[in-house]
Amino acid sequence: MGEIHVMREGFLPPKPPPRRHLISIGDLERDDVERLLATAGSFSRSLEREVKKLPTLRGFTVVNVFYESSTRTSSSFELAAKRLSADTMSIKAAGSSVDKGESLKDTALTLGAYDPDVIVLRHPQIGAPELVARYTGAHIVNAGDGKHQHPTQALLDLYTIREELGRLEGVHVAIVGDVLHSRVARSNIQALALMGAKVMLVGPPPLIPRGIEAMGCEVSHDIGAIEAADVVYVLRMQRERMAEGANYVPSLREYTARWGVTPERIRPGQKVMHPGPMNRGVEIDPRVADAADALIETQVRAGLVVRMAVLYDLLTTGPVPVAAAEPLEVA
Amino acid sequence: MLYVKAGRTPDDLVVRGARVLDPVEGLDAVCDVRVDGGTISAIGAGLDANGHRVIDGAGLVLAPAFVDPHVHLRVPGGEDEETISSGTAAAAAGGYCAILAMPNTDPVVDSAAVLGSLIEDAQREAEIPVGFLAAITRGQEGAELTEMVELAEQGAAGFTDDGRPLVAPALMRRALQYHGIAGRRLALHCEEPTLSKGGQMHEGAVSAELGFTGYPSVAESVMVERDLSLAAYEGQPLHLLHLSARESVDALRAAQAKGVAATAEVTPHHLCLTDEAVRTLDSNVKMNPPLRSADDRTALIEGLRDGTIGSVATDHAPHARHEKEVPFEAAPFGVTGLETAFAALYTNLVEPGILSLEILLERMSAGPARAYGLEPPKIAVGAQANLVLLDTAATWRVEEAAFRSRSANSWLLGHHLTGQVRLTAAAGRVAFEE
Repeated sequence: MGEIHVMREGFLPPKPPPRRHLISIGDLERDDVERLLATAGSFSRSLEREVKKLPTLRGFTVVNVFYESSTRTSSSFELAAKRLSADTMSIKAAGSSVDKGESLKDTALTLGAYDPDVIVLRHPQIGAPELVARYTGAHIVNAGDGKHQHPTQALLDLYTIREELGRLEGVHVAIVGDVLHSRVARSNIQALALMGAKVMLVGPPPLIPRGIEAMGCEVSHDIGAIEAADVVYVLRMQRERMAEGANYVPSLREYTARWGVTPERIRPGQKVMHPGPMNRGVEIDPRVADAADALIETQVRAGLVVRMAVLYDLLTTGPVPVAAAEPLEVA
Repeated sequence: MLYVKAGRTPDDLVVRGARVLDPVEGLDAVCDVRVDGGTISAIGAGLDANGHRVIDGAGLVLAPAFVDPHVHLRVPGGEDEETISSGTAAAAAGGYCAILAMPNTDPVVDSAAVLGSLIEDAQREAEIPVGFLAAITRGQEGAELTEMVELAEQGAAGFTDDGRPLVAPALMRRALQYHGIAGRRLALHCEEPTLSKGGQMHEGAVSAELGFTGYPSVAESVMVERDLSLAAYEGQPLHLLHLSARESVDALRAAQAKGVAATAEVTPHHLCLTDEAVRTLDSNVKMNPPLRSADDRTALIEGLRDGTIGSVATDHAPHARHEKEVPFEAAPFGVTGLETAFAALYTNLVEPGILSLEILLERMSAGPARAYGLEPPKIAVGAQANLVLLDTAATWRVEEAAFRSRSANSWLLGHHLTGQVRLTAAAGRVAFEE
């Protein structure tokens, strides 16, 4: 316990200005990203040990509130909190008072009454995290709000790329597919641009939002444009977007023929990423997904340590000390 | 066409030493104005007070009071958000001597019975004169025309399906052909619904970054162009509601040059803000049409300055607190504006030298009155006293508690504004005094 005390109060270099929430990549400076990635690296090494649990966040409470279905993000946040010995609670919209028509404000006030330290929120509507932040004292981590942002996904993608390529500056990333409906794409464009990477969006015109170049990326409608990329980042082609009358593309078949990422369209050594869940045979050929250059499971592993780093950073407001990576005390 | 609380006794008063400014009458002089029995009886220096109450106007501007051609009073059906009483009190506080209410209520104002009951209510509770527009189509469903002649005889001030577009071109054409018989203006909400479907904000770089479904400016302008073409073909006038896009202003200017009798209005929020404001995710910058680009805003200001757009309209749209305390995407469209319109425009356009005070006063008063065939308020001997006394040096903070409106969904909450209404006289009687 004594050592935990030291970790929280003494020991730490000067604290950066307190950051209350992680709602958008736009909330972060380059230094913040560097610190988060370094922290995640420390946690990654700690997870190689036999005893994986750290006492670091003992006594803190992390509440996961998911208004949309999610497997990897919710499980990743839950495990991240548990690995740091925080108390966790998970609330899903189905079966909760949300089903009875409770407003998000009232849900926030109710949860806030328990004084949680962190609320991890996934919600189908843009602006939901800001609203919850207004009505609780908790740190809010946005685990996806509508088509807006999914900042921890972008951070884990940065972490993965840097682990693989050893750098982010100057890395060329092609993001392929349905950018229009993708919070992953928006967060990644911002995050990659922040870290000095070069981003090219590739997809059919109706799925590339008008004006997106202003975020600091290039646009091509030709799948051939992925050839120059170090990393090909494939977005999920959401089948519901293909509903009759939507007409974003004439058919999935035509989409796959024109923009599917196949072995023929990538070079040896090009890394392939996907935020999951994949539609094999639609946006990504199974041979690509299973190839050695695919980093998809690496991304999932990175998700755990990055989310540990985000929770740690919000609750301690400072870089992780080397000692924190040591299993100081088993909870 | 305009209705006000019965039994108001006309006022006698003298406003002394104000800058008397009526751009239409060509009046701009520091002098006195005397009102006898609700009528302006003398304008000049050193007027005898005749025993009337004297108001010191030194350092203030006395102008014709404002006319708002676009207000949602929410009655019948939305009395928790606004009433005739609260809405007209808010209007008086904003310097208005007359407002026109929109018919997209519950039930819709589409029959003489609903209209008649509103008029009775106005005669009991309206603090300033109010007119009621009736729907163009029954239930605003865009299928069958309302009984326009009967509605006009009952007192409708005009016709509109505001809140919804008139989708079918043939129906739009029939409405243009028929409404002339009723002798009232047709006012159009221009929105092509398949282009705007699901739209939360202007389509552009900001919506691309934030991830909102875009509501492109062409969704407005293709309908503006259609309606202007039909109006030209039928040789009929029309009024375009709440323009937001450069393309719409350009189309209107071209049609006017060809002789189409089209008028238009623009809101204070479209004149002051751009889609950049949506980055705040504040549900009080969500409205239909949405805030557009800086270039669109420039075109709207130019259109207002050169008279292509003749009216400022608040599109005052009150919403209950709980309706707006939700994520941006879930919030309803609309913001209030009656109590802040002049100050917002004075602060954002007049003070920085973008628009002259004279033009602003004309576009907030005579312009909208003319668009609907109402008698323009004026400062002239013999005219009814419809006056606003403005303090253009006063700075104030927009506070929720001070609103007379029942709703507080203002994009200006907490902002400091310059320009304050000190007194409003409407239809011969002081309706607001600070």
